[in-house]
Amino acid sequence: MLTINKLHKSYPIGDSSLHVLKGIDLSVKEGEMVAIMGSSGSGKSTLLNIIGMLDEADEGEYILDGVPIKNLTEKKAAIYRNKFLGFIFQSFNLINYKNALENVALPLYYQGMKRKERQEKAMFHLGKVGLKDWAHHLPNELSGGQKQRVAIARALAANPKLLLADEPTGALDTKTSYEIMEFIQQLNDEGKTILMVTHEEDIANMCKRIVRLRDGVIMEDTFVEQVRAGEYV
Amino acid sequence: MFKFLTDRDTWQEVFDSLSKNKLRSILTMVGVWWGILLLIGLLGSARGLENAFNRLFGDFATNSVFIWGQSTSKPFKGFQEGKQVQLTLTDAKKVEENIEGIEFVVPRNQSQATVVRNFLSGTFGINGDYPLLDKVQKKKLIHGRFINQNDIDDNKKVAVISENVYKQLFEKDEQAIGELIQINGMNFQVIGIFEDGNINMGPSSDMHIPFTTFQQIYNRGDRIGWMMITGKPDYDIKQIEEDAKLLLKNLNRIHPKDNRAFGSFNLGNEFAKMTGFLTGMQFLTWFVGIATLIAGVFAIGNILLITVKERTKEIGVRRALGATPFEIKRQILVEAVFITLLAGFMGIISGGWILILLDWAFGQGEDAAIVNASVSIAVVFIALIILVVLGTLIGLIPAFKATSIKPIEALREE
Repeated sequence: MLTINKLHKSYPIGDSSLHVLKGIDLSVKEGEMVAIMGSSGSGKSTLLNIIGMLDEADEGEYILDGVPIKNLTEKKAAIYRNKFLGFIFQSFNLINYKNALENVALPLYYQGMKRKERQEKAMFHLGKVGLKDWAHHLPNELSGGQKQRVAIARALAANPKLLLADEPTGALDTKTSYEIMEFIQQLNDEGKTILMVTHEEDIANMCKRIVRLRDGVIMEDTFVEQVRAGEYV
Repeated sequence: MFKFLTDRDTWQEVFDSLSKNKLRSILTMVGVWWGILLLIGLLGSARGLENAFNRLFGDFATNSVFIWGQSTSKPFKGFQEGKQVQLTLTDAKKVEENIEGIEFVVPRNQSQATVVRNFLSGTFGINGDYPLLDKVQKKKLIHGRFINQNDIDDNKKVAVISENVYKQLFEKDEQAIGELIQINGMNFQVIGIFEDGNINMGPSSDMHIPFTTFQQIYNRGDRIGWMMITGKPDYDIKQIEEDAKLLLKNLNRIHPKDNRAFGSFNLGNEFAKMTGFLTGMQFLTWFVGIATLIAGVFAIGNILLITVKERTKEIGVRRALGATPFEIKRQILVEAVFITLLAGFMGIISGGWILILLDWAFGQGEDAAIVNASVSIAVVFIALIILVVLGTLIGLIPAFKATSIKPIEALREE
């Protein structure tokens, strides 16, 4: 699904530069559910952003679904993002003046899908996350868990190959977190490849594989026995 | 390329983004609307004032001077001061022959007389005039004609009367041309009716009769009341006035430095003052108008820049969802053009209302302060285009900023 070889990334800070990623090698197969863990500053978010083509690596190789991702123009990157990737953010990042349905339909709009088809598909995905009745509500009328579910529906709408989640439960309480994780596990059961950044052990244990980062290198990469979130809900 | 302009989705996006961010949209629109409104109001009223002045002077040849005799203030060649100065036809002729740059000299006589028709009567100013008067002080004839050379040659008893006189001596809608009126007991035939002027420059001109007839009935001989002198376009009327006065002093044996012997009214001078004032006002209007436009553009820019942060985040999200930078810039461009155009048209319409209001309040009647306040549509559209272009360029700043940085940085903006 994706292969990363000797990936380096540094950020300029004033005159010096901060070396965030110091040669990452990672390979993820289709259908995997990977948690990337690490303390803050370990480079986990940076890695996710590079995988999500939101950021660019300085050095190294990144191949996504057989396509080498290198020196992309913004236009190409946008098209790949739209085609391959779905994003879930910690702060949901819904567009606050669009209702749930419109938010979910947005990636489809950028795919150039017809309006009616778009609405139907968005409604289908909203139904999947159990928010059909909330389709015409604005984000500020929804609870945190509902917002994240709308965001998940939006990430799924374009039918991406890879779902990237940056601390998807970071802004939610434990109960809601487990509900969200249950959704994500269901998606994985249906065959979606999922990559998630988290610093919570219990959330990480709900994935099938944990990659631990420290100071820009991979310390540990283990497959774990998945804890089903449904047991807690 | 322009297919997106007819696409419902594009407009849905524009409408959503504008209507759901009401404060931003309204403030932007107020900036544009106010700019255009003020520009139209200012330019329109300036034009109106200008029109009012032009209408005031419209009937007169503006490079003219009127000269009449008064009494001397200095003794000269055996005459004591206080001698009455009487201008004559010969004087007028000499002025015309000897002064450089003269177009016409029109000698005139004036008197008051009671005019009677059937049972109606009134006292009016009677002028003895040459046909040439029409060149200096344009008469707007409603019916009939002005005095012609034939009337002069034959001392005809004909009269051209003003609308006002007509109203006093005739019934409404009564035919006046060819009718007789009695001036000082003598029958005169009405040959023309003219519109009353907006202002009276010199004595009231209710009625004109041929100069020669006037001479005869009032026994004036060679004497004239005053003369109107019109200069050729490229001659200075001030100089002509001085030359003419000096010549007249010479002819009438008056001290060359006697400033009170002749009275005069220099229309050219007065007109030049007005024109100077109007030019100044025009400059001021344009200055204020352009400054207003610039202020409008800054207002738009300000509002759009304030919302950069909010916008930047939204743009980051859209990019993460697969929007290309081009799509985003296009979206914001359409938004900015749409909103400025809409506000601009509203400004044009309400500016029009203001001008209608001005016209209603100050533009009625003959002595209106503002006549036909209007703005050329070309000027308005140029102003609108400037506003739209500049407003859009400023609106694109956040779009360029948000699309030039990496999407992740746009998303990180809090």
